[in-house]
Amino acid sequence: MNKKDIMAKVQDLGALIALVLLVIVISIISPQFRTIDNFMSLVRQSSINGFIAFGMTCVILTGGIDLSVGSVLALTTAFCASFIKGGMPAGIAMLLALIIGTAFGFLSGILVTKGRLQPFIATLITMTAFRGITMIFMNGKPISGLGGSFLLKFIGKGSLFGIPFPVILFIAVFAIFMFVLEKTTFGRRIYATGSNAVSAKLAGVNIDRTKIAAYAISGCMAALSGLILLSRLSSAQPTLGEGYEMDAIASVALGGTSMSGGRGRIQGTFVGVLIIAVLNNGLNILGVSSYYQSVVKAIVILIAVLSDRKR
Amino acid sequence: MQIEMRGINKSFGGNPVLRDAGFELADGEIHALMGENGAGKSTLMKILTGVYTRDAGTVIVDGQEVVYKNPQEAEKAGIVFIHQELNVLFDLTVEENMFLGKEIHGKFGICDKKAMRKEVTRILDVLGVKIDPARKMDTLSIGQQQMIEIAKALMVDAKVIIMDEPTAALTESETEVLFKVVRSLKEKGVSIVYISHRMEEIFELCDRITILRDGQYVGTRNISETNMAEVVKMMIGREIGERYPERDVKLGDVIFEVKDLNCPGVFENVNFTVRAGEVLGVAGLMGAGRTEIMQSIFGNMPGSTGKVLIEGKEINNKTPGDAMKSGIGFITEDRKVEGLMLEESIMKNISVANLKKISHNGVLNAKSELDMVQKGIKELNIRCTGPKHACGELSGGNQQKVVFAKWIFTDPKVLILDEPTRGVDVGAKKEIYSIINDLAGRGVAIIMVSSELPEILGMSDRVMVVHEGHIGGFISKEKADQEKIMTLATGGKIDE
Repeated sequence: MNKKDIMAKVQDLGALIALVLLVIVISIISPQFRTIDNFMSLVRQSSINGFIAFGMTCVILTGGIDLSVGSVLALTTAFCASFIKGGMPAGIAMLLALIIGTAFGFLSGILVTKGRLQPFIATLITMTAFRGITMIFMNGKPISGLGGSFLLKFIGKGSLFGIPFPVILFIAVFAIFMFVLEKTTFGRRIYATGSNAVSAKLAGVNIDRTKIAAYAISGCMAALSGLILLSRLSSAQPTLGEGYEMDAIASVALGGTSMSGGRGRIQGTFVGVLIIAVLNNGLNILGVSSYYQSVVKAIVILIAVLSDRKR
Repeated sequence: MQIEMRGINKSFGGNPVLRDAGFELADGEIHALMGENGAGKSTLMKILTGVYTRDAGTVIVDGQEVVYKNPQEAEKAGIVFIHQELNVLFDLTVEENMFLGKEIHGKFGICDKKAMRKEVTRILDVLGVKIDPARKMDTLSIGQQQMIEIAKALMVDAKVIIMDEPTAALTESETEVLFKVVRSLKEKGVSIVYISHRMEEIFELCDRITILRDGQYVGTRNISETNMAEVVKMMIGREIGERYPERDVKLGDVIFEVKDLNCPGVFENVNFTVRAGEVLGVAGLMGAGRTEIMQSIFGNMPGSTGKVLIEGKEINNKTPGDAMKSGIGFITEDRKVEGLMLEESIMKNISVANLKKISHNGVLNAKSELDMVQKGIKELNIRCTGPKHACGELSGGNQQKVVFAKWIFTDPKVLILDEPTRGVDVGAKKEIYSIINDLAGRGVAIIMVSSELPEILGMSDRVMVVHEGHIGGFISKEKADQEKIMTLATGGKIDE
């Protein structure tokens, strides 16, 4: 292996190295940080952003972006909460929320492909619309008092073999995404669409269908994330998920995925999600004020993305 | 301006690209620079114009040793490089393009439009081309855009103009205009370095020729004292034999039919058939609608109507995916934009058109994928480090072979080739011709669109000529010659 290859490997692993360094440094400073309990809760917190970031990775790999995830999350949890309050069994209400989230993503996908809108604009429109509908639907007030359904409680608060259920789900979903993106024809189509849409189309790839599917997945993941939040908060809030798209996009970027599509790996996003979570959790524990936290986050993202630029 | 380059060495990341390369340019001559892809022609010229720095060697301009640090310095000295990928901004006008970065302006940076218009008009007059300076660049043909690039060179008072494959995208008549301009520049004392793969053009236009091979200087000849065979031999270091390999194929039945293909404003009443094992050459001027007809057959031309039949049955060709399923393959004209994902590996590029073949229920089988790709690399003799080699780093010829591999594995009954050897060097061209012959031998019906008449004549069993969106006529292999094709291509009639 020559020097260039080694450099390339180091840069490939750049985000991972950054994560390890961050964990070590914060662990040295703070004894509270370096406990198993804290790590578990850190990963559990990160799953909320994680699901969204996985869906976002698919969309960004096709060369798009999905700004609507936070609003999709809010509106689907609002629906889910009101279904449960209206007497629907929690399991069915949650399944419905996932289906509705998928449909919302599908709608963004239709706007991007059939409507020929720029992904940024298309999802800005759906983001604004879904947020508005959430406010109208909830009349600006939270929905709480969701009863004692075991399933609803378990998905956010439960644990298996001492591991919080959201963590298990997070790792399972990660494995599924890795499999789909690397081992299936659909994964290949996603990469091909983002790498060179013209060439992919002429090679028989239905790029519209591929893009729509990516947005639908993103919507579904936003809804899943919403269900975890709903379970943990025991109520739906009209402002839930505001700004979540930014953490998701930052995670994808940290993981080395190209914003113009075609290049990137879900493993990178996984690491990116953990970096964001370690920063949030670690800075809180260290007592850094939230004003400074944003600035520190920005600096870390900047350094990571700069070091990941094309050589 | 006289230029002498001697003993030039250049390596990229440890790979020597130029080893003891050299070149000499006299006053007012048209000097061809030839060599296979990767021979180092462009690199040598980029060193001359300060795009790259040299590792060793000397460059002497008008008796003085020089080092240009960047293209701007070379331009100031009067050496301008017109790249193959034209350097134009499509949304700006001709005038704005020409004055980009050197606008004539008064106080506070306010542009002096009158002065600029005057200068543009003067230069276009010198070139003898009529183009409205206020037109948007994207409304111009590629030939006209090239003229603007030359005009830009004249604006900075260039004494040496380097042209890299200037005719690659030009029609026959645009090429003639270009040659006229080049000759008139020569009379004004401007020297031209002419990089091209087209032997016929070089022998028509140039005074001298310098040949590079594997980054080394091979020799310089006066055009009047050499011939194509010698030049080819110098380029590849061995005899290549016939440029167009023999094909001995028994033509089968008609397996492909196009009936009443129409697309308003683009082409009309297109009808033709192709037999199994036949190579149908499609000739015509650029813009005649050849590519559009092929795109329409492949389901990539919204608004077109008509029937396409394979083995007597009408097929569904609403989208490229449908056309593929019906057994049509399409190797497009621009492999960098339409044919390949340049950043991706050979493997991913070949696989993307064959995902069904290497998967089960949507899950890829890594082994059958690798087997397929390795078979492709071996059979088509793709020179690379392995299946993971990025396509953008391959030479033009090898890139084109990847595109061929991608389509061959789809087992097409009909394969459409649009400019299959554009930007491909002589050696690789012959390999591609052999691949085409091989496919025809297996009974594939081949439709080959090409702007190179020698290629059409050398490869086709039958020639179809397209003129302004209509079929101008068909000529059989025995009767085809350049004159008949050009007559039909320009709207004339021939007796047959």
